[in-house]
Amino acid sequence: MGLLNREEAEALIQEVLEVYPEKARKDRAKHLMVNDKTVTQSKKCITSNRKSVPGVMTQRGCAYAGAKGVVWGPFKDIIDISHGPIGCGQYSRGGRRNYYSGIAGVDSFCDMMFSSDFQEKDIVFGGDKKLAKLIDEVESLFPLSKAISVQSECPIGLIGDDIEAVAKKKATEIGKTVVPVRCEGFRGVSQSLGHHISNDAIRDWIISARDGKLDEGTPYDVAILGDYNIGGDAWASRILLEEMGLNVVAQWSGDGTIAEIENTPKAKLNLLHCYRSMNYIARHMEEKYGIPWMEYNFFGPTKIAESLREIASHFDDTIKEGAERVIAKYQPMMDAIIAKFKPRLQGKKVMLYVGGLRPRHTVGAYEDLGMEVVGAGYEFAHNDDYDRTIKEMKDATLIYDDASGYELEEFVRQVKPDLVGSGIKEKYAFHKMGVPFRQMHSWDYSGPYHGYDGFAVFARDMDMTVNNPCWSMFKAPWEKPAVEEPEADAA
Amino acid sequence: MQTVENIKPCFPLFNSEEYQDVLAKKRTYEERVSQDKVAETFEWTTTKEYQDLNFARQTLTINAAKACQPLGGALCGLGFEKTMVYIHGSQGCVAYFRTYFNRHFKEPIAFIADSMTEDAAVFGGQKNVHEGLQNATKLYDAKMIAVCTTCIAEVIGDDLGAFIGNAKKEGYVDKDFPIPYANTPSFVGSHITGWDNMFEGIMRYFTLNTMEGKAPGQNGKINIVPGFETYLGNYRVIKRYMKEMGVDYTYLCDPDEVLDTPATGEYEMYAGGTTIEEVKDAPNAITTFMLQSTTLEKTRKYIENTWNHEIPKISIPMGVEWTDAFLQKVSEVTGKAVPASITKERGRLIDMMTDSHQWLHGKKMAVFGDPEFVMGLVKFMLELGIEPTHIVCNNSNKRWEKAMKKVLEASPYGIHAKLYPGCDLWHLRSLCFTDKPDFIIGSSYGKFIQRDTLHKGPEFEVPLIRLGFPIFDRHHLHRMTTLGYEGGMYILTTLTNAVLERLDDQTKLLGKTDYNFDLVR
Repeated sequence: MGLLNREEAEALIQEVLEVYPEKARKDRAKHLMVNDKTVTQSKKCITSNRKSVPGVMTQRGCAYAGAKGVVWGPFKDIIDISHGPIGCGQYSRGGRRNYYSGIAGVDSFCDMMFSSDFQEKDIVFGGDKKLAKLIDEVESLFPLSKAISVQSECPIGLIGDDIEAVAKKKATEIGKTVVPVRCEGFRGVSQSLGHHISNDAIRDWIISARDGKLDEGTPYDVAILGDYNIGGDAWASRILLEEMGLNVVAQWSGDGTIAEIENTPKAKLNLLHCYRSMNYIARHMEEKYGIPWMEYNFFGPTKIAESLREIASHFDDTIKEGAERVIAKYQPMMDAIIAKFKPRLQGKKVMLYVGGLRPRHTVGAYEDLGMEVVGAGYEFAHNDDYDRTIKEMKDATLIYDDASGYELEEFVRQVKPDLVGSGIKEKYAFHKMGVPFRQMHSWDYSGPYHGYDGFAVFARDMDMTVNNPCWSMFKAPWEKPAVEEPEADAA
Repeated sequence: MQTVENIKPCFPLFNSEEYQDVLAKKRTYEERVSQDKVAETFEWTTTKEYQDLNFARQTLTINAAKACQPLGGALCGLGFEKTMVYIHGSQGCVAYFRTYFNRHFKEPIAFIADSMTEDAAVFGGQKNVHEGLQNATKLYDAKMIAVCTTCIAEVIGDDLGAFIGNAKKEGYVDKDFPIPYANTPSFVGSHITGWDNMFEGIMRYFTLNTMEGKAPGQNGKINIVPGFETYLGNYRVIKRYMKEMGVDYTYLCDPDEVLDTPATGEYEMYAGGTTIEEVKDAPNAITTFMLQSTTLEKTRKYIENTWNHEIPKISIPMGVEWTDAFLQKVSEVTGKAVPASITKERGRLIDMMTDSHQWLHGKKMAVFGDPEFVMGLVKFMLELGIEPTHIVCNNSNKRWEKAMKKVLEASPYGIHAKLYPGCDLWHLRSLCFTDKPDFIIGSSYGKFIQRDTLHKGPEFEVPLIRLGFPIFDRHHLHRMTTLGYEGGMYILTTLTNAVLERLDDQTKLLGKTDYNFDLVR
């Protein structure tokens, strides 16, 4: 089936909406659109960052997931206490693949879980005393940790605990930073508010720790914001920035440390990869410390080269030459990768449904391989994300916000893409449907995908999934539809 | 730099010199403590002194081996025909439950939430229930919606029964549409408790007020209640035994189809499962066999008091004797003999035990996992001559402890074993350093203990044998069987080959240890 034109795409949206009861239909209609590149303000055609419809299978998570799972978890020397019942800490352990370098349980804590395992009595009598004691226990068993964060689960905000008071008191006692994070799962409408709350908590409890005490640094100091080092993404990015002559003084938050957070105010430029989850702190640093920030995109050689040049444009000729040197150095490898994989992927259609950044950020990488993104949507984007998305997508692309499982399946059934990129909750339904699928949150246990080295892995992975023989074996030979038989006879 | 002929993913890419340099340079910005101090501290975490500190913990759980109630409630709901699991509370929980099962079963998991947010936390979640049930019944073509709760709804005290009743009264859903429910507070018990609560909720909903004319024995069947069971083979082996015995049965909660649908080109949200008619007829069974009896207290009470079943006292049918006992009990209750085919299967297991005993006898193995699973596994280990050392159960209860003590005391191989009820995997880590077992048996979470013990030195490494839930890092093991003689065969094969694999690892050094690198073992 070919690409949908505008009318067909709009008809498809109407058809999909048919099944909802009236109120839900009205609500969902606002979250689905057909791309129109002439629109400059997405709010005119799509609604986002609103409550999910009850009883409809949203793929979204919660503020705790956005805080503990996304922003805090990857900082390696901070111990994150999942404060509340046992489940949240357990479910958020080890699934995200934010890599770190360190000794687990001694100076790094990313792959562990720490929980206050709330019992009924903690709900009834409050958990503040328990939290205070728990912080002492953390301190006695993990003396080399550099800081502690308290990640609030739903009950904390409901039972009136004062974790801020406990955090202040314990911080003084143990001489380490203790950050209370009010990321209860019922706050906001998705992971997104958890990012924002976490950015604010870092602003309020950490970032100014060395104000007035920081040295000047060098003119080439930059920080990476919004790279969670999934499968080593930040390392594959850092190597390029360093090769062009920059000093990466901090990684937020993949493989990051609290010292890096505290040293970020000496950066001369903040480089923002995931705009959605860390634009808040970038804006704060701009306001407070006068640090400019820019968004960049390290998916695929076209966008990488554009980004390297734009980054370099903030610096002197040494860095500008450095950028050109880096681009030239990797060009032959990129050419070889594209020569190998483009013929195998040319013209393949992709539908994406991810968090708040990748559906627009990976378009260039797919295009470098000759592939085309024909549908894109986000779990928790805001309108500023859709503003950016409209520009990246072709006209008549389907765009869907907080799509339900049902909507995604219907869109895919009708559009018949050659590849779907989304998350683990979506993955296996598409496997059953015979649609090649890659997880685009965790890189499907592969990666890195950022940077030049990452693009080689990206190309390899898209090819292996699109072209694996498994997709052609769904029907047993005796299951061939009866209508085909006369043709066989004729032949 | 990558080369097109040999594209390297994270490992071994980051082991290359250029990336090792990147990491070394990054280190200069990290202000980490010195590597000597880290090494010294690591060593300290392996000591008895650290263990004492570790066991003195009163409030902190580190690396848990349990999950929360609604996860269990959701698995229970999956076992009924065309049933949509509906979770009243925050949506993030539901994303986590789905993800957790996706990763274990490698299957799509359909649960829905009613997405309570701040306003619902203040005003209560009734609006969410009404709207949610209306949408769910319209969208998902379910025959039943099974509702359980997350902690937000429990903390604010939502009256689930009233909300569902009102939804029917006010026309959000058809008044005859079946919506059983259970309260599954995550701050009580674990996922095991949640399964028990949801199951009891479903049984209660369909049978409490329709007991008239029903009596034990009327339908000539027996009921089988699995409990929180994640090995698909376990559903299948029990069914096969019933078939071979000629016993008519009802599997009360049967998700083995929906968790194992074929790739056909179409995604089917529902498959198989216990029907509502079967549930309604369940009180007429001769009796009910509960396969995980120490953890299904609420269910037991309901079935005994409402259905008037005399529930047979059985242990989980794992290993030889407890499978024997289970089959004998089924035979006794139904009057059907255990057929030659099953006796032959038993004989094959015993034959395998004779073949492999020399590799297992006297091996020391630590175990962790869910209570009934651990109990059954330990029982079988004792039958194999394996010596369980540290037995960790994060979500145990008093009944389990009592039963476990009895099991251990009854065997010379069990007398040295120690029970660690309520302990977590950081406790077990300490134990693996100070009193090293040959192996750990448990879920994927055990792999970090293997890594940490190896870090101390190759001679300290405690390899993990993956049996239990969840298993995220090996494929398709959830399809295997741990119950019955067939399950014994799988466990025996797994344990024996783990021992042999380990021996090969240690004896494969050319000219050093390979005198024992035998072709035949």
